[in-house]
Amino acid sequence: MHTGLLASLAAFITGLIESLLGHGFAAQLIMVLLEIIAIFAVISLAVIIQVYMERRICGFIQDRLGPNRVGPFGLLQTVADMIKLMSKEDIVPEKANRLLWGMTPMLLFIPAALVYAVFPFDEGAIFADIGIGVFFVMAIMSQGVLMFLIGGYASEDKYSFMGAMRAVAQMLSSEIPIAFSILAVVMVTGSLRMSDIVSAQTNVWFVCVQPLAFIIFIIAMLMETNRTPFDLVEGEAEIIAGPFTEYSGMRWALFFLAEYANLLAAAILTVTLFLGGWQGPFLPGIIWFIIKVLIVIFIFMWIRWTFPRTRIDQMMALSWKVLLPLALFNIMATGIGIYIYKWIY
Amino acid sequence: MIKTETYQLSMGPVHPSTHGVLQVLLTLDGEKVIKAVPCMGYLHRGIEKLMEQRTYFQCLPYTDRLDYVSAMNNNFSYCHAVEKLAAIEVPEKAQYLRVIMAELNRIASHMIFIGSLAVDIGATTGMIYPFRDRERILDIFNELCGARMTYSYIRIGGVKNDLSAKIIDMINHFLSALPSMLDEYNDLLTGNEFFQHRLKGTSLLSAEQALHLGVTGPMLRASGVNYDLRKENTYSSYDDFDFSIPLGKTGDNLDRYIVRMQEITESAKIIRQALDGLPEGEFTAKVPRVLRPPKGEIYDTLEGPRGEVGYHIVSDGSAKPYRIHIRRPSFINLQALDTMCRGYLVGDVVVAMSTIDPILGEVDC
Repeated sequence: MHTGLLASLAAFITGLIESLLGHGFAAQLIMVLLEIIAIFAVISLAVIIQVYMERRICGFIQDRLGPNRVGPFGLLQTVADMIKLMSKEDIVPEKANRLLWGMTPMLLFIPAALVYAVFPFDEGAIFADIGIGVFFVMAIMSQGVLMFLIGGYASEDKYSFMGAMRAVAQMLSSEIPIAFSILAVVMVTGSLRMSDIVSAQTNVWFVCVQPLAFIIFIIAMLMETNRTPFDLVEGEAEIIAGPFTEYSGMRWALFFLAEYANLLAAAILTVTLFLGGWQGPFLPGIIWFIIKVLIVIFIFMWIRWTFPRTRIDQMMALSWKVLLPLALFNIMATGIGIYIYKWIY
Repeated sequence: MIKTETYQLSMGPVHPSTHGVLQVLLTLDGEKVIKAVPCMGYLHRGIEKLMEQRTYFQCLPYTDRLDYVSAMNNNFSYCHAVEKLAAIEVPEKAQYLRVIMAELNRIASHMIFIGSLAVDIGATTGMIYPFRDRERILDIFNELCGARMTYSYIRIGGVKNDLSAKIIDMINHFLSALPSMLDEYNDLLTGNEFFQHRLKGTSLLSAEQALHLGVTGPMLRASGVNYDLRKENTYSSYDDFDFSIPLGKTGDNLDRYIVRMQEITESAKIIRQALDGLPEGEFTAKVPRVLRPPKGEIYDTLEGPRGEVGYHIVSDGSAKPYRIHIRRPSFINLQALDTMCRGYLVGDVVVAMSTIDPILGEVDC
């Protein structure tokens, strides 16, 4: 059977553990744990890489150098920052609801990490290839807004509360265009399973079949991940830092971590749905996957460091008056296209 | 029973986009602004009072610390007033040098405006580019008088020193690079759809409102009032130069931005003409060691980058001014904030504040 690098590696480790323990079930259990650890390791490592990337790209775009002092090429800057954040004083606002306020950064990380369960990293390398993969991603991703709302509400701060309200408005406006743009892809594939969507793109990527859906998806994904031009939730010039205003030190770092985990998830989702996932000639699947994800992340960063921020009403207008009708039109066009395709062949 | 009510939000004095230590008390209905009251005084240093204890020459460095972004224009205005009071004749070369430096400083100040507007709208890169280019002007000033911010270059009776060949070279280089810099800002900001949407039609200030509020400078001209002291009440050697006054139409945020962008080009035109026609002669007049202007008072205003910079000086015939009152344009322009913000969103307050372009050192004096 032809499998990717990661899947072969996993099979090898499973065989090794099985021969050591001589027990199939225990080996499977250990493998599940190992896979969970691997996903967390991937997220943490990716966050460090992304923060470094963001700073260097930002520096490049802004005609500066960016971090280049700590370690070779400034690679250890993020580590140094993490140490700094951990050593900072933990300030809790006096009037905050301590339980909810303290829980929020941790809770925020759950949906951010959970979506990784259904991402196909390589052929056969998918933690849970469930039949409703796309639906699962949509459902989990929209949970993030709850934490923003709780955090902003529990902070007992007007800026945080305003940011929380913006977060709810923004996520609602972004989820629906995302759902409808993905629906077009699902219509073409005929399956919600992630691995099916990837294998359906063997000959042609969906970005060619569904260019409109791709553009809507990218714009709505920028809203979903709170990045410029739609970083209204944070909007540092207006509401300081939105829901994170009162958080400092490690608690703030967790928000930061979740933000970049979401960015990576957005990039992976883009690659999986529109850019052929791990597929590509010559190189192993995982390498193609990493290259594509990095390119998509670069594009997200490029947009962030070029565009100004929109206003909340303009963002909502864009989402409900432009993206949603376009996505609906796209679904109709796709339906007609599929019908004609079936009629011809 | 569900009911909604307005609430008060204190924006500042510690806030990322209040350009210093300004506090704005906002009364909000959701995100909509009902009322915006700027509260000043966090940076009050009592400069007017301090000046009463100093001689006329010692007062000069205090004017640097008012509008520290365009210190040359403050020096210029103060010296111009004192010279008028003491009837000192300034040589023509000094007049030209003053105009060159004041206009260079106007460009630097407008670059700060573009940068801070960009960062208030969220375009971080849009901030870095003008700030990078402004460095070149600061380098020129550094070469000229050894200071990058508080110059005290324009002195009573003339200027501190003459231009060296190197400085002329630096200014020429800067002027030839300026169009490409402006192109870069236009590409990055002016032409950007989001940028246009954020600025167009927000924080309207009609010509009538602007005149009632006593607003001056680019803000007034953006509202369509053709009033520039350089043309209206020609001082120094502005008569010799050919330049136009950019005007806006509607008085919205975009107009205020465009007017300042065009003023940069016009200033460059003036500098070019002044450099080409730089007369020979002394760069400073003979001024007595102890200046005792005759008893009397004078009010004199010049066109600074933010509006009319006015000095009201009362002399009792001694070496120290009896009283100095400074008309700070930022302070008066800031009074328009309430009018500009009512009915708009919180995001627009920040933009309105940027396009007023206040310097808090000047607001609080």
